[in-house]
Amino acid sequence: MLRIDALQSVYPQLERCVVVTIMGAVSAELQSLGHRPNFFYLLHAMGLASSMGLGIALSRPELKVVVLDGDGSILMNLGSLTTMARYRPHNLVHVVFDNESLLSVGGFPTATATGSDIAVMAQGAGIPRTATVASLDDFRTAFDAALASNQLTTLVAKVEAKGPPIFLTDLAMLENRFQFQRHLREM
Amino acid sequence: MPVSVRNSQLIYDSLKACGIRMFSALPETWLVHLIRMADEDPDVHMVRLAKEEEAIGISAGAHLAGVKSAMLMQNHGFLASINGIVSLAHLYRIPLLMLVSYRGEFGERDPWQTEGGGNTEALLQALHIPFNRLDDPSHVAHRIRQAQTLAEASLKPVALLLCRDLMWEE
Repeated sequence: MLRIDALQSVYPQLERCVVVTIMGAVSAELQSLGHRPNFFYLLHAMGLASSMGLGIALSRPELKVVVLDGDGSILMNLGSLTTMARYRPHNLVHVVFDNESLLSVGGFPTATATGSDIAVMAQGAGIPRTATVASLDDFRTAFDAALASNQLTTLVAKVEAKGPPIFLTDLAMLENRFQFQRHLREM
Repeated sequence: MPVSVRNSQLIYDSLKACGIRMFSALPETWLVHLIRMADEDPDVHMVRLAKEEEAIGISAGAHLAGVKSAMLMQNHGFLASINGIVSLAHLYRIPLLMLVSYRGEFGERDPWQTEGGGNTEALLQALHIPFNRLDDPSHVAHRIRQAQTLAEASLKPVALLLCRDLMWEE
């Protein structure tokens, strides 16, 4: 499964959610499909996308929040799984695109390449719904089920270690940040 | 427990008066009453952390979603949060109200707390984070209000150092 195909397959659902992505390929690919004011791209602070999603989900329980995380990022903040699980906001879907590598810095293998299992760790942390999927059909089905479940879900999507040639887009970070904040006020 | 209940209540009430509706914390001795007060308050979210850097993300999310938050942490928690402060709060102009228990100052008895105290103010200065001390009940409400005002006006982190003379009753 390619990450961009996975993103494309759920893009109509993402348009209706509040979306927080990590840096690198996830951010660039989602923007290549079409930026929306309800999309926020965290272009640094690796590991904190899930924490941001938790802060938004607790602050605005009437909105659906989707975090598009990666294996390298969540491995830098595994405690976040336990914090999300402790408060288990019903409106948060935590997607982890697991390409088993730090793609944006040259593809060095992460610990998921040598047996670490993020869905099992999420389950062990107490996240009520967890799954690992490896095909596009399974991803789309599992993502829709997560949105419909009204339960905190960590969905690990195994994807190929392929991304766009460049990660820089023409959307400035602060433009994204203020547009996102203003849009959330109106949602 | 010789942590001051009265001064903890004063700090808590001052934060509530500033509109703070979300707290994050990693338990530490001087913060026990503040954490309990937030836990028992149905009007606020209290988020217990595994590590303090998570709080930068949680407060950033809350801010963008329209909720005012405050972070309760030990100075070693501040040390553990520095990448998040720089690469999220500073980079994206996120206001943070950090209440930092200032362990390791004069009067510290715990040997393991003595190293962080000497680095705290130097690191705050190096990061250009405005800070002030809370060491007397007479200025607590005023300084908390001022800190929150500056954080929101500058869209940057500010710190208040919770000092021994305020937090601890011998």
